[in-house]
Amino acid sequence: MSDHTHDIKKEIKVYLLVFGALAVGTVITVALSYAHFPLPLAISVALLVATIKASLVACYFMHLISERKLIYVVLIIAGIAILGLPLSLVYNYHDVLEGTVYVP
Amino acid sequence: MEGIPYTVERHPETGVFNAKLGVWLFLASEVMLFGALFSTYILLRVGALEWPHGSSILNVPIGTFNTMVLITSSVTVVMAWASLKMKNLNKYKLFMGLTILLALTFLVVKAFEYGAKFEHHNFPSKSTFLAIYFTLTGLHGLHVLGGIVVNSYFWGPGARMWQTDPERFTNRIEVAGLYWHFVDLVWIFLFPVLYLL
Amino acid sequence: MSHSAQHDHPHQEPQLSFWRKYIFATDHKVIGLQYGISGLLFLFFGFCLMMLMRWQLAYPGQPLPVIGKLFGETNMPGGVMLPEFYNQLGAMHGTIMVFLGIVPIVVGAFGNFIVPLQIGAPDMAFPKLNMASYWFFFAGGVIMLISFFVPGGAASSGWTSYTPLADIATTGQTMWILGMVCLINSSLLGAVNFIATIIQLRAKGMTFMRLPFFVWAELITAFLLLLAFPPLEAAGVLQLMDRVAHTSFFLPSGLVVSGEPLNISGGGSPLLWQHLFWFLAHPEVYVLILPAMGMITEVIANNIRKPIWGYKAMVYSIIFLGFLSFIVWAHHMYLTNMGTVISAFFQATTMIISIPSVVILTALFLSLWGASMRFPTTMLFALAFLPMFGIGGLTGLPLGLSMSDIHLHDTYYVIAHFHYIVAPGTIFAIFAAIYHWFPKVTGRKMNELLGKIHFWPSLICMNMIFIPMFIQGMAGVSRRLYDGGAGYAHAQGVLHWNVFISHAAWTLALAQIPFIINIFWSMYKGEKVNENPWGATTLEWATPNPPPHGNFAQLPEVFRGPYEYSVPGAQKDFTPQYQKEL
Repeated sequence: MSDHTHDIKKEIKVYLLVFGALAVGTVITVALSYAHFPLPLAISVALLVATIKASLVACYFMHLISERKLIYVVLIIAGIAILGLPLSLVYNYHDVLEGTVYVP
Repeated sequence: MEGIPYTVERHPETGVFNAKLGVWLFLASEVMLFGALFSTYILLRVGALEWPHGSSILNVPIGTFNTMVLITSSVTVVMAWASLKMKNLNKYKLFMGLTILLALTFLVVKAFEYGAKFEHHNFPSKSTFLAIYFTLTGLHGLHVLGGIVVNSYFWGPGARMWQTDPERFTNRIEVAGLYWHFVDLVWIFLFPVLYLL
Repeated sequence: MSHSAQHDHPHQEPQLSFWRKYIFATDHKVIGLQYGISGLLFLFFGFCLMMLMRWQLAYPGQPLPVIGKLFGETNMPGGVMLPEFYNQLGAMHGTIMVFLGIVPIVVGAFGNFIVPLQIGAPDMAFPKLNMASYWFFFAGGVIMLISFFVPGGAASSGWTSYTPLADIATTGQTMWILGMVCLINSSLLGAVNFIATIIQLRAKGMTFMRLPFFVWAELITAFLLLLAFPPLEAAGVLQLMDRVAHTSFFLPSGLVVSGEPLNISGGGSPLLWQHLFWFLAHPEVYVLILPAMGMITEVIANNIRKPIWGYKAMVYSIIFLGFLSFIVWAHHMYLTNMGTVISAFFQATTMIISIPSVVILTALFLSLWGASMRFPTTMLFALAFLPMFGIGGLTGLPLGLSMSDIHLHDTYYVIAHFHYIVAPGTIFAIFAAIYHWFPKVTGRKMNELLGKIHFWPSLICMNMIFIPMFIQGMAGVSRRLYDGGAGYAHAQGVLHWNVFISHAAWTLALAQIPFIINIFWSMYKGEKVNENPWGATTLEWATPNPPPHGNFAQLPEVFRGPYEYSVPGAQKDFTPQYQKEL
């Protein structure tokens, strides 16, 4: 049982480190936004930082890094589905018949 | 309660107890829910002649503050679970209480933000940016509220289970924590998309 | 303190009050029955809505005799149906049949009752969540029913609620959205329960490849519900915002209604609604058919007294089908000015998705070869399912190809196609399932003579209703026309079919009377049977009729696959899954 507590103490150290990383990530993403990059770059940077922060939360706070395959399978399926939707929406928007005009 | 297997101990093949699989499945559906709304944001923006920069309409420092509030609450909720793993009920109550307070802080700040918008007649009907801003943050806010309700139950009356079945109670807090982390995760994407782009 | 994985005796519980036992029940069998009774009542109500519509289609503008005046002056002044009321009937017929009838029956009722039994579990993984699912469904149903009585009546923009029309429709549409939110949440919670139960609570030895095909069907269906419903919930929230907060998610700029420009911000996209709606609604139609395929497989396996041919192929097909069902949705949108690349993509995926369905159907057909077939009523319905679903599926092909869809989209051809799949398809599967599992629920068999009297007219009437609709559709008669096409020159040659179809529909209603009588009569006077009257192999037949709370006195261990009939060297022509030695 004491082994268990020892493991928990190690885990707590990791949680605090991740918290620090998340705080730093937040500062970075806000600071970079003031640079007013051109839109495609701004989007990429913002999403990259957000994805890193999200991965830290998922892997360490949500213990994903120590779970077995099953949970990953569920998430990967949802992930693919939810990436497909905006991609196809945007593609659909642009792929229209010749001569189509969008009303603003 | 009937003898349903694996409510507490882990299934030998999957390695999880039932509620953990259950909450991850639920979170997968929530990914689809918020994903659909994010997709809406993307399509509306792609199709718009002009789209305001988030910082010109929303207050970035306030949004940053709220982001830190939620991130901190994510740490406190996992610390609440860790306290239970270390058999310390008082520390659990402290951390879970902090989580709830931080969540309430988030909502109060959000209420101020909304109030300021309404005062200046910036209603959802005014533009598609405001429409998707209010809808995304509103639905997120409802999820925060739901989390507050659940966490408060586990802080208060629900904590009685610690006396009768501590392992099962610890698992429940882990599951509640997983939901709470997801709420934080959504905001980690919401904040830059709405406020910074 | 932790519970052991196996339990040797059922939990001795204090006697529950009437309310906890039958109303706010957590036992999966009681909940299953609640869903079953509610679902059948909604199915009946939806059927009545259709019968009303068929009067207007057969005799447009004529007062409905006897009961016409009952619908009031706002809906049917002088017994003559107004177009607004016709549209309400149409939208609600679809909504109620799909979301309040079929899904609750095939998933909520049969799924809940049978799945834990077939996998050897004492209950679902989350019994209280199960109860919550039912009551969310109930609330959604009440909201949908009440919507008929609000000013302006029920939703009338089709079950598809396309925008901008749905955005500016009467109050009933808001209630439709609220009702859908309840129903969607019910399904989401149910889906979580089903997946967790099937993955975690299988009995010892019940590997995935030993699961009855019905359980596989419910598992894939649950995944579809879990992942496909939330975008519709999101869309519902957006439409609610449009209607209540006057946002413009689905409203483009420059909209003019009744001569007045709308006072909105504009900038929205009506197509966005279509994408979000069909992203759910296509997987939804697989939710309607997959459990039916599962039920049919159970009945056929049992009545051919030999194993199902191609079980593994069926399992891989159904998994593939589930995955593909997420990437075909825009085949409902070919006529929205789609470009050629997107159109080609969705046509390709739509054609490909017919393959697993064909594999499943073929495996079932091939299973019949060399069978020692029995023909109780349940088997008649199961056998009829095969060609009926075949027709439904094949008639979908010209709809899946955009070139032919240009002519057929939004015509009666589409109505005939999908009704062939749900009506002589899924509903026949439901009938088969009721006749098959009735003894497990009540301890008595249903009457076979009444069953035959139910079956033959139903089969004939179904075909008499929907074959003429193909003819009307190919002539170009559009859907959702309250005069049945009478105002269009191209429809004149096929108008007479409306009378024929309506009479066939009303006759179909009469054919259900022996079925309803059968259910009630057999509950009290049916032939009493033992726990395995059909000589079946799956685990639910190892329990008493009905199974007690906790299902199994001792959780079973599984040693063999689900369809071990006529095993060489065995004593009987069936070898149950829990039997170790032959």
